[in-house]
Amino acid sequence: MSQIPPKLQEYLDDFEFITSRDDRVDYLIAIADEFRPAPASIATKPYDEANRVIGCESEAFVWALDRADGTLDYYFDVLNPQGLSAMAMCAILSQSCAGAPLEQVAAITGEVVFAFFGRDISMGKGRGLTELVNAVVYQASSRLKAG
Amino acid sequence: MSEISSRGYANPDKLVSTEWVAERLQADGLRIIESNEDPLLYPSGHIPGAVEVDWVKDLNDPLRRDYLDKAGFEALASRIGISPDTTVVFYGDKSNWWATYALWVFELFGHDNARIMDGGRLKWEAEGRELTRERPTVAATSYSAPERDDSQIRAFRDGVLAHIGAGGQLVDVRSPGEFAGDLLHIPGYPQEGAVRGGHIPGASSCPWSRAANEDGTFKNAAELRAIYQGELGLNPASATIAYCRIGERSSHTWFVLRNLLGFSDVRNYDGSWTEWGNSVGLPIEK
Repeated sequence: MSQIPPKLQEYLDDFEFITSRDDRVDYLIAIADEFRPAPASIATKPYDEANRVIGCESEAFVWALDRADGTLDYYFDVLNPQGLSAMAMCAILSQSCAGAPLEQVAAITGEVVFAFFGRDISMGKGRGLTELVNAVVYQASSRLKAG
Repeated sequence: MSEISSRGYANPDKLVSTEWVAERLQADGLRIIESNEDPLLYPSGHIPGAVEVDWVKDLNDPLRRDYLDKAGFEALASRIGISPDTTVVFYGDKSNWWATYALWVFELFGHDNARIMDGGRLKWEAEGRELTRERPTVAATSYSAPERDDSQIRAFRDGVLAHIGAGGQLVDVRSPGEFAGDLLHIPGYPQEGAVRGGHIPGASSCPWSRAANEDGTFKNAAELRAIYQGELGLNPASATIAYCRIGERSSHTWFVLRNLLGFSDVRNYDGSWTEWGNSVGLPIEK
């Protein structure tokens, strides 16, 4: 997982030292508490389906806005009020990818989901969270390809 | 007469309301159990006094595709402080998918004194009822369970094959796209797919969610009869098997048919499409 955004690496380093499932869950809940949905200046409901994260059961949406330096800011909303894991993942991605070089964001893999949540999550939950990562990676990769 | 008992269910005692639970938070002989798909929900706040049963780490064998055995269930039941006489009330996310799944597993071990809180976590929260992050201190018990009995409410591959050979009733509770074979997995769950699309021959399609209202509560008996007996033409006196992809959605339908409509012989085929659709030589329909 080299060359990923430094802030994301910091999160990964933090989680690497967590061995207790309860501690991991408590940390993720604290992160989920920091989640803020995309402001009205970015998008208003009903959201454009083009921004829906396909495969995320928690009904997540993602937007990427260009910065002057060529990087992106990433915004999310999670419509399912019980989609706490999705909120945590969105909070991590929005905080750690904002302003990061596109190459670094494009280098993120779905493995980070299991580094944060552990391997004992359901296949469906793991897949949905991975799709959140993929959505951000797609945004960065698309900008890179477009030059 | 309570609101639930006025709905005409065959076994109204299997369902309790959020009010019923709220009035009994300190009751002896009662254990409230939250069972979710999302592992963050319970620790983020749960009904005061409720314990958690996690379907991945508590109910499933870590190696074999099977549920926990007698010793595992005894350890689990002892840890959450119940005895065979304890009334357990399950609730959870996703319209009680996982709650009915957990209840079904508990009944495999003969713990029949198990109920579902109608509407699950969503309704409790929507009503503004209390949630706490404080995990209850539970005095461990020494639960003695019988061997798991898979013969009454659980179906296996060969049993399903014999069942369809005899023209038995089968309900496919997956999405219409999965039933038709257009999708090899439920949207959002591509890892739980199969190499073949379609359905088990003779199955009727009825997505599980048709039994639920928008707020996660169950429809009343007349509405459910109109679906399962009217539209699908199921006979409550005939053996019926429900399936989905891994048995979690079909446990919801199993609960409806057995407890709310009083079907006499309903089994959940937990191997479901991830087994059937990947098995060599089994017949499928599209």
